[in-house]
Amino acid sequence: MAESTSGSDSQVGTVRVKRGLADMLRGGVIMDVVTPAEAKIAEDAGAVAVMALERVPADIRRDGGVARMSDPAMVEGIQEAVTIPVMAKARIGHFAEAQILESLGVDYVDESEVLTPADEAHHIDKWAFTVPFVCGATNLGEALRRISEGACMIRSKGEAGTGNIVEAVRHLRSILGDIRKITQADQAELFDWAKQLQAPLGLVQEIAETGCLPVPMFCAGGIATPADASLVMQLGAEAVFVGSGIFKSEDPAPRAKAIVEATTHFQDPTMVAKASRGLGDAMPGLEIGELETKLAERGW
Amino acid sequence: MAPIVGVLALQGASREHTAALEKLGATVHQVRLPQDLVGLDAIVIPGGESTTISMLLESSETFEPLAELLNQGLPALGTCAGMILLAKEVLDGRPDQKSFAQIGIAVRRNAFGRQIASFETDLKIQNLDQPFPGVFIRAPGADILEPSVEVLASLKLDSGEETPVFCRQKNVLVTSFHPELTDDLRLHQFFLEHL
Repeated sequence: MAESTSGSDSQVGTVRVKRGLADMLRGGVIMDVVTPAEAKIAEDAGAVAVMALERVPADIRRDGGVARMSDPAMVEGIQEAVTIPVMAKARIGHFAEAQILESLGVDYVDESEVLTPADEAHHIDKWAFTVPFVCGATNLGEALRRISEGACMIRSKGEAGTGNIVEAVRHLRSILGDIRKITQADQAELFDWAKQLQAPLGLVQEIAETGCLPVPMFCAGGIATPADASLVMQLGAEAVFVGSGIFKSEDPAPRAKAIVEATTHFQDPTMVAKASRGLGDAMPGLEIGELETKLAERGW
Repeated sequence: MAPIVGVLALQGASREHTAALEKLGATVHQVRLPQDLVGLDAIVIPGGESTTISMLLESSETFEPLAELLNQGLPALGTCAGMILLAKEVLDGRPDQKSFAQIGIAVRRNAFGRQIASFETDLKIQNLDQPFPGVFIRAPGADILEPSVEVLASLKLDSGEETPVFCRQKNVLVTSFHPELTDDLRLHQFFLEHL
C-alpha cells in the first residue's frame, strides 16, 4: 500500500474546484427542469446537469408576476431523482436565496436574469460562497464584471423563453469578437479597453495574454433545435443550456437526446442531421422585436 | 516516434489532457467516432459526466470497438469519470450505465459528496518525491476487488478509513482526481513512460 496523506490540509471552495466543475461540463447540455420527473427525463437523455427553477422562461414570459428561486422541497426532490449535478437559479442580487441553495447542497447557483431581479445595482458577492456561481452576460464587459464578483462560469444570455437563437448569437459574437480584438491590442490600448468595458484591467490583460475568458463560457437563451446547438458551439460556446426548448416542445425526451448528440458532434453535419430527424414540432418561437420584456437587459 | 494517444472527446475535459500530452511530446487524436480509434498507442478517458459519456459512447457506436481495443491491451488512463468508465463495477450508477471493466475496482460515484465538498489536497504518490496537487471534484471513490490492483495513492477520510485514489492494474491507470487541471505533468509523464 502506498503512503497516504492525512487530508487535513484539504481545502474546499477553491477557484480551481469551482471552475473545475464547469470544465467537466464542457461539451454537454444543461437542461432546465421544474420537477423531479422532468429531471429524470433530462438525465435519461444524457444531460450533464439539470437546472432547477420554479417555471421555465417561456411560462415566466407568458404568466408574468415575480419569478423566484424554486421551492427547496422541489430542489431536494430533483436532487434525489438524479445522480448528475443539480444547479438552481437565484434572483440577481438575492444573496439570501443563494445561501439557501448552498445549504441545500446544489452544485452550481445561477444568478439569473430569467428570475425577477432583487437588487437594481448589485450582484451577489460570489467570493463569499463555497458553492460556485454561473452568471449571464450579453457582452464582454458584463462577463468580466461577473467574473470579478466571483462567477466561475459565464453563459451568454440570449433571450430566454423565445425559442429564437438570434440574441444568443449576438451575445456570443460580441463577447468572442471583443476577445479576438483584445488579443491584437497593444499594452496602451488595454487601458482603454478596460475603461470601455467597465471591467478590471487585470482581467483584460489576462485575456490579451491567453485569448480566452478565464472561466468556461457556455451559451443559453433561445436554443430549440439540434442545429441551434451546433451553431452556437461552432461560434465558440463550450456547452449549452436549454431552457424552454425541451419541455415546451412537442416531444421532450427525443428532442433532449438529439440536442445532446448535436452538442457533442457539432462539427459533423451528418451527425447533426441524423440527430435532427423526425423530432416533431420545436417550441413555438417569438419574434424579439415584439417582446414586452427583454430578460437579457436585466443585470448591470 | 512520438506515441499517438487518443483522448476521448465526447464530453468533458478533453482539452486539458490534450494540452498536457502535447507538452510531453505525444501526438493526440480526439476520439468521437469509431474511425478515430485507428492507430492509437493509448487512450485517455477524461473527467466529465460518466452517465453522459456512457450514453454517447453507445450512440456513436464507439463503445464496442474501444472495448475490443482495451481487451487486446490498449493502455488507458482514466481520470474521475474515466475511472468510473474503466472500473469492473460501478456502485450508485444508473442501471444502464456501461463500463469497460478494465481494472479490478468497484467505484462509488460522488463518494466524497456534492460540489460544496469538492476539495484540493496534496497527495503522496508512490515513486514521486514531491507531493502531487490533488484536485477532487464530485470525485469517485474506489474499493479494490482484485489483489493484482496496485494502489499508488490513497486518502484518509474523516472516518479514519483509507480510500484508494490512484490505482494501476497492468497498463490501466485510474485517478479519482484531476491531474489535467494542474500544471503538474508528472502523472501524464508516468503514463507515457509505461506505454
